[in-house]
Amino acid sequence: MSDTRREFIAAIDQGTTSSRCIVFDRDGRIVSVGQKEHEQIFPEPGRVEHDAAEIWTNVQEVITEALDKAGITREDVRALGITNQRETTLLWDRATGEPVHNAIVWQDTRTDALCRELGRNVGQDRFRRETGLPLASYFAGPKIRWLLDNVEGLRERAEAGEILFGTMDSWVIWNLTGGTEGGVHVTDVTNASRTLLMNLRTMDWDPRICESMGVPMAVLPEIRSSAEVYGEARGALAGVPVASALGDQQAALFGQTCFSPGEAKSTYGTGTFLLLNTGSEAVNSYNGLLTTVGYRIGDQDPVYALEGSIAVTGSLVQWMRDQMGLINSAAEIETLASSVEDNGGAYFVPAFSGLFAPYWRSDARGVIAGLTRYVTKAHIARAVLEATAWQTREIVDAMEKDSRVELTALRVDGGMTSNNLLMQCISDVLDAPVVRPMVAETTCLGAAYAAGLAVGFWPDTDALRANWRRAAEWTPRMEAGTREREYKNWLKAVERTMGWLEEEN
Amino acid sequence: MARTIQSLERAAAVLRLLAGGERRLGLSDIASTLGLAKGTAHGLLRTLQQEGFVEQDPASGRYQLGAELLRLGNSYLDVHELRARALVWTDDLARSSGESVYLGVLHQQGVLIVHHVFRPDDSRQVLEVGAMQPLHSTALGKVLAAYDPVAHSEAMDSGREALTAHTITDPESFEEVLELTRSRGWAADVEETWEGVASIAAPVHDRRRMPVGAVAVTGAVERVCSDGEIQPRLVAAVRDCARAVSRDLGAGRF
Repeated sequence: MSDTRREFIAAIDQGTTSSRCIVFDRDGRIVSVGQKEHEQIFPEPGRVEHDAAEIWTNVQEVITEALDKAGITREDVRALGITNQRETTLLWDRATGEPVHNAIVWQDTRTDALCRELGRNVGQDRFRRETGLPLASYFAGPKIRWLLDNVEGLRERAEAGEILFGTMDSWVIWNLTGGTEGGVHVTDVTNASRTLLMNLRTMDWDPRICESMGVPMAVLPEIRSSAEVYGEARGALAGVPVASALGDQQAALFGQTCFSPGEAKSTYGTGTFLLLNTGSEAVNSYNGLLTTVGYRIGDQDPVYALEGSIAVTGSLVQWMRDQMGLINSAAEIETLASSVEDNGGAYFVPAFSGLFAPYWRSDARGVIAGLTRYVTKAHIARAVLEATAWQTREIVDAMEKDSRVELTALRVDGGMTSNNLLMQCISDVLDAPVVRPMVAETTCLGAAYAAGLAVGFWPDTDALRANWRRAAEWTPRMEAGTREREYKNWLKAVERTMGWLEEEN
Repeated sequence: MARTIQSLERAAAVLRLLAGGERRLGLSDIASTLGLAKGTAHGLLRTLQQEGFVEQDPASGRYQLGAELLRLGNSYLDVHELRARALVWTDDLARSSGESVYLGVLHQQGVLIVHHVFRPDDSRQVLEVGAMQPLHSTALGKVLAAYDPVAHSEAMDSGREALTAHTITDPESFEEVLELTRSRGWAADVEETWEGVASIAAPVHDRRRMPVGAVAVTGAVERVCSDGEIQPRLVAAVRDCARAVSRDLGAGRF
């Protein structure tokens, strides 16, 4: 090897429950991990906040921890990448660097009423054509508006240019690059695409929407690509280029090297997020999916994605463990489900807070259908796993309808990929191979890849593809007839969840 | 009323005694507490030991509950839990060794593959989760037989069929291999199950130091061995992985 000194890329994952820093080597292998959880603040039902100052302190700590564990110094780090919990919203004082309020977390539903009001007579699709998103409380724009309306004197200060807005990528980058001492105020296209304020075609803030939303454009960061040098870090990583930012799900798409149209990844955790690369076309969804930016490398064309999420997947297994007491650990769901050959005729639709994509029915509630005396808890366990598989199928069907691209294989990551029966089941119902890559930390890896591309550590996306390794692959085993019959039964069960709540609200 | 079987009642009493209070008891304590003749108590304990329900501490000669009993009860480690804990470590082992990785547990008379990581090249491979491998000839099987008394008796009772010209079939040589496995902490299979294939395995222990499974790398004999010797680099990688999984399961350093 001509390379005498080993070089690395560090990635920060500023997540919902913790901040992590992972150091990767040139082969994309994990060298070390630093991790620290932060407090979840619940001021009242439906509200979730984070202390942004605590998060910044933790980010600095996990960087030091990861470098120490790897036994390297900042000179060995070629670039730093950022990935983050999406949509979590912060406003801070440009002069002091102090947050003006806790960050409002993506799950927080305080802007529900505001979103209905903003929909006016059009409803939740008022800004969908420009932004690809429905008006929903997840997204950052309405959260900014709420803060400006509810923090005393803030609107005036914002209009005077004293206040900065950012999702967690912006907050971390601003602080890393010097904060009040010349920190750069930027965000990347993927994070900007989750604000409800960015126009997907121009890749810039939409003045008309900002006006309607009541957000002064002076607070907004500059929108940059996902992979370019935003600035140099100060502090523990002094001199290291800060070279990527991607929302967590987009980072996973990047880490899974889904660089071609038709390639898709699904992250199976508490909930599930499925993203399909649709190339240079921003595909409008008529089937309840979101249109979002997948990534943009430097000055290349942006790559778009369709996104579908499943609210209840891993959390259904947790519910079986904690609320029903049918299993002792999440892994045991597979043991119980494997003790029978099939679902015994039972179907479980976990519409705990309504049906999401592709139905969007808030009047629906969960149902276990097809019960007979024959059904045991093992059949229910099987139905629990099948629920995740069928919901994946519904999202994939919607994506294929919207994009007219057929999914050839599904790349999976997340905690539930250790469930072999579930992965087989997904392959069976999709009638497509399901593939698990060798590095499970695809989110951090995606941020590292983007940063490495920006500084030339990796030459191009082909080099990243060459790093990708298949750890396991499940291929369909279910007969077509069985698949059709089971899907029909699933759809019948879904139908039975609808209209349970008599009044919507 | 059907008659009850006295020796089973007594065996149950022995197990209850070992389950409560002190963890390890001597033969005379057990006999006197249950009001049994020493010879009777010894017969019960020996039978329970054969079944894996009781173990005898070699140093003190005292008895304690055995692995098979734990396997029967709730405290038995779920194999899917084992896979979930092993996932990152086995991925790492596959990448560093360049070979495929298997995680196996004892099931009936063989080794059940509960986790499989592909060899990290781009070749077509088929997931072998759920497959069974022989106990007496594979590295996984030898590790299980060396550390788990139940696996040991299954391997000794089996015919130990000669699968290749290299398979060890006679009981004395097999016991020697297990002894060697215990003393060095790993086992190998060089073309003893499949022609041209070699593997190396090490034990995974849970927090009670119970052997709950084994992890192995498997590959072409030309890569796993060099100059007719198992590559020390691979042995170290397999043992590191097994230790990391054991640590994740709560086993102390050893």
